Amino acid sequence: MSVYYTRDHEWVRVEGDGATVGITDFAQGQLGDVVFVEVPEAGRSVTKGGEAAVVESVKAASDVYSPVAGTVTEGNQAVVDEPSLVNTDPEGEGWFFKLTLSDDQDLNELMNAEQYKTYCESV
Amino acid sequence: MSDADKILPLEAWHRGRGARMVEFAGYQMPIQYEGILAEHKWTRESAGLFDVSHMGQLIVAGGDAQRGLEALLPADLAILKDSRPKYSLLLNEEGGIIDDLMVTRRGEHFYLVVNGATKDGDIAHLEARLPRGVVLDHMKEQALLALQGPRAVDALARLAPGVAALTFMTADGFEIGGARAWISRSGYTGEDGFEISIPAAAAEAVADLLLEQPEVKPIGLGARDSLRLEAGLPLYGHDLDTATTPVEADLTFALSKRRRGEGGYPGWERIVKELADGPIRKRVGLAVEGRQPVREGAMVVDGEGNEVGKVTSGGFSPSLEAPIAMAYVPLASAVPGARVSLASRGKIFTGTVTAMPFVPHRYHRKGGPQ
Repeated sequence: MSVYYTRDHEWVRVEGDGATVGITDFAQGQLGDVVFVEVPEAGRSVTKGGEAAVVESVKAASDVYSPVAGTVTEGNQAVVDEPSLVNTDPEGEGWFFKLTLSDDQDLNELMNAEQYKTYCESV
Repeated sequence: MSDADKILPLEAWHRGRGARMVEFAGYQMPIQYEGILAEHKWTRESAGLFDVSHMGQLIVAGGDAQRGLEALLPADLAILKDSRPKYSLLLNEEGGIIDDLMVTRRGEHFYLVVNGATKDGDIAHLEARLPRGVVLDHMKEQALLALQGPRAVDALARLAPGVAALTFMTADGFEIGGARAWISRSGYTGEDGFEISIPAAAAEAVADLLLEQPEVKPIGLGARDSLRLEAGLPLYGHDLDTATTPVEADLTFALSKRRRGEGGYPGWERIVKELADGPIRKRVGLAVEGRQPVREGAMVVDGEGNEVGKVTSGGFSPSLEAPIAMAYVPLASAVPGARVSLASRGKIFTGTVTAMPFVPHRYHRKGGPQ
C-alpha cells in the first residue's frame, strides 16, 4: 500500500488496482469548516486531473480533482451526510471516493509523503 | 498613502493570538481564529470581539455641516437628536449608492463611520461637495472595535460602567481602561452589542481588557460576514453599489419622510419615481434548497435560462444549518414564498424568497424586554 499526493492537495492510497482518494489535512485546514461535499457515483469514469468531487467550506467552493484515472467504485456517503468528517479525519474517515485504476502509469508524477510535506512548506 | 498608513493598530495583536490574516480593504486583517462556525456560534451565544478599525471614522464640522451633509444624504438631519446614530447612504446623481454609513450628531459636529474599502473615495466625494467652511477630519488615529452578542453588555459594563443604560442606536462618551471611548449600542450581527471608538494608541490595551472577560472571544471577518448575512444586512461592494438605488436595495427606511417630499439630494427624482412605481428589481433573501451554498455571482434565471437577476451574497448559515443568500430579483418575484431558479457551478438550484432577517434580530430596544 502506498499513499501519493498532488499539488492540488489530494491524496490517493493505492492498494493493488484499487485506490481511495481524499483531500489532505493541509487542504482542510486551508478550507476551514466544510459544510458541503459532493462525491461521484459508482460507475463514473474519472480522468487524471479531471473534476471528480466538490467540497465547500463556509468561505468558498472548491473542486476536487482525481489524482488518477479510473472508474469510481464508491462515493463516501458518510462525508455527504456529515461534511465535517473532512475536517476531523481528512486522511481517514473523510475520504471522498474509491476507484479502480485504469492505468498504473498515473502514479509516476505524484508526490510521496516526504515530497508533499516539503511542497506544503513552500506554498 | 505610505505603507505605514495601511497598518491597522491591532495587526500584530491579531497575529499574536493566532489569527489567520488576509488582505482586506488594503489592510492585513483576521479572517478567522479558531474557525468560522465556532466563532459565529460563540457570537450568537456569548460575545465576540471584532476589530473594524479599517472603517473610516470622519468628523464633519462647521456651521453649514448639517446643510452640507443633507445635500449628499437622504437623512433628515434636522430632527436627528444628539448621540443617536442613524443609518444613511451617500448617493450619486442617478440615485446609486456610493457608500452606506452611520451618521451621529455629537454636539456641534457630525461623526460618520464609513466602509473601509470605500473611505478614500467617500472622503474625496465629501471634500469636493461640502460647503466652504465645513471641515472634514479623517480620524486616522482612531481604532474601532465591536463587541457583539447577548453577553456583550455583561462584559463591557464591567469595564465601562454605564453602558448598560444605552439602548439600541444610542451612544455616549465613556472611559475604558483609562482611555476615552465613544460607544454606541449598535452593530452588524443582528445581536445586541456595542461599537467602541478609541484612540489607536489604546487599542491593544482595550482589546486585552475585553478579551480577559470570560464572555469574550476574538472573531474574524469570516464570521462577521456569515453573521451579517443571517441578519439580512447588506454588505457594500457586494449587495450595494453605485448602480443600485436604495429602493432596489430595500433600504427605503433610510429615506426620511421629509426628504422624500422635499428632495434636495442626489438621485431624488429617480428615487421618488421608484417609490411610486416600484423598482424593476429588488434585493430579497433566499432560502436555498439542499445543502450546497449558492454564492455571490450566481445568476437568477427564468424558465428559458435567461439571466433576470443575480446573487450578491450567499453562503451557509451556521444558525439555520442551511444555505441562504441575498439576490436581486424582478419585482414580481420579490414577495415571500416566490420561488426562483439560480444557476451556479453548472447546476440549477431553487431558492424561495424569504423575509429577512433570516435569524431574528435581538437588539436591546428602548421600551423592549430587559
